[in-house]
Amino acid sequence: MSFSFDIYDFTSFTKWIDVSLTSYCTPFWAMIWEMLIIGVAILIFYAVVGLFLVYAERKVCAFIQNRVGPNRVGPYGFIQTVADLVKLLFKELVTIKKADKFLFNLAPFIVIIVNFMVIAAIPFAKGLHAVNFNIGIFYMMAVSSMGVIGILLAGWSSNNKFSLIGAMRSGAQIVSYELSVGLSMITMVILAGTMQLTNTYDPVTNQVLVHGIVDLQKDGWFIFTGHLPAIIAFVIFLIAGTAETNRGPFDFAEAESELTAGFHTEYSGIKFALFYLSEFMNMFIVASIAATIFWGGWMPFHLGHIFGDWVSGFNNVMDYIPPFVWYIGKTFVIIWIIMLFKWTFPRLRIDQLLTLEWKYLLPINLINIILMALVVLMGWHF
Amino acid sequence: MSGNQFMFYLFGAVIVIFSILAVTSRKILRAAVFLLFVLIATSGLYFMLNYQFLAAVQLTLYAGGIVVLIIFSILLTSHISEKFEPIKPQKSIFSALAAIIGAVLCIITLLDYNFKAGNAIAADLDMTVIGKALLSYKYDGYILPFEVISILLLAAMIASIVIAKKIKK
Repeated sequence: MSFSFDIYDFTSFTKWIDVSLTSYCTPFWAMIWEMLIIGVAILIFYAVVGLFLVYAERKVCAFIQNRVGPNRVGPYGFIQTVADLVKLLFKELVTIKKADKFLFNLAPFIVIIVNFMVIAAIPFAKGLHAVNFNIGIFYMMAVSSMGVIGILLAGWSSNNKFSLIGAMRSGAQIVSYELSVGLSMITMVILAGTMQLTNTYDPVTNQVLVHGIVDLQKDGWFIFTGHLPAIIAFVIFLIAGTAETNRGPFDFAEAESELTAGFHTEYSGIKFALFYLSEFMNMFIVASIAATIFWGGWMPFHLGHIFGDWVSGFNNVMDYIPPFVWYIGKTFVIIWIIMLFKWTFPRLRIDQLLTLEWKYLLPINLINIILMALVVLMGWHF
Repeated sequence: MSGNQFMFYLFGAVIVIFSILAVTSRKILRAAVFLLFVLIATSGLYFMLNYQFLAAVQLTLYAGGIVVLIIFSILLTSHISEKFEPIKPQKSIFSALAAIIGAVLCIITLLDYNFKAGNAIAADLDMTVIGKALLSYKYDGYILPFEVISILLLAAMIASIVIAKKIKK
């Protein structure tokens, strides 16, 4: 099979890698090599996006507070975060004498591994995803529910009151907001009628076996086709997703003014950097899930045929923009919204946070699910 | 050795080693973490069987739900310096004997049964089949156990709220 690379459809490219690897070695070693390639690719992606997000956060913060932000290292301070990373790499890893060293060292890895497992399921572009289960969305929810364990372990094993309180807070927060995140995703699953993220094709006839959520949004993103209940679900998902990632205005787990730095007070050097990076990547994951199930992931902006015949020309123009660009663009718009939350709203109190979830978001969510089921049953969606 | 076999032995080894560590560890939170590894490896076995739904349920309920609950309660109750007393030798001998006898009995029964290895490739289970079976009231449906469990959970939730509520005098 000859080399083929198409920026609009990565299916042939990934197939080329697979075929050429199996022609060089046994299937077992081909699988190992593929896993290695995917692992390294995700690792690089993770580091690059993480560094960029740290830079973006500082610039957005500066923009809102009427400052310039990082501007010394590189053009517009673009390499500032690389310099920060190098500094963190050379810092001493302080060992805490009375800490539980095994759990203390394990905790950052749990957080990072959970991130990786979620990223594996994200469809970045057509044919560009590591795994594609028929339970795609449920898999993401299941895996990301383990992230809190890393935070709890970090807080407890540091043997520090502030860390412990930070971990407890974040535990209570994540466990309760997981409900809202899950329910708002289920609302969209009702509209989609499937949990799979990307189409699976019959290997011989090349016909669609199961429709995926991204491909179903070809004639309009779910936020438009699902109108009112979809918009409600989107707003709830954004709020609950921000709370899930421990970001402001929900950042009790590391409220600087009260708890020094919360659950990662005792961490230094690269171990601290892992926590810091995973927090930004969590935000990236929430944003890309929102982009995938509400804004169509890598699917270009298409108008449905109810607008008339002229839309096919418009749709063709939109198709010229590569899917990966669409995906990254949508994700960063949502990230920007989440960043705006942090720098505009003051931090809530813990009781206000729990009231917001249990007394407002959860009932609204449950009613919204019934509304969405009604809309789908009556065929009121587009 | 094929990839599947390799992964099976890997998961099996992880389950056995961390199960033993979970019961022998003298620090309670470490035991909980070892239990977490056992549960994750079990879900890995389900993924190997292509039964992804059960694997994800295993991850959400056990790894993300029950272990988090266990860790949370440990965080609330125990201090980092606490350790279990070392177990007396005669006690550990008797419990080891009981465990080994149980394991031998299980293995004998398992080997006695004539399992037939199939060559068919495990097929993806369609989610709609699971959903319809859960909500069907026909003879192959599970709506009654589903509802009974929900009532049980509701009762447990109300009971815990009543217990936790402050009594006004």
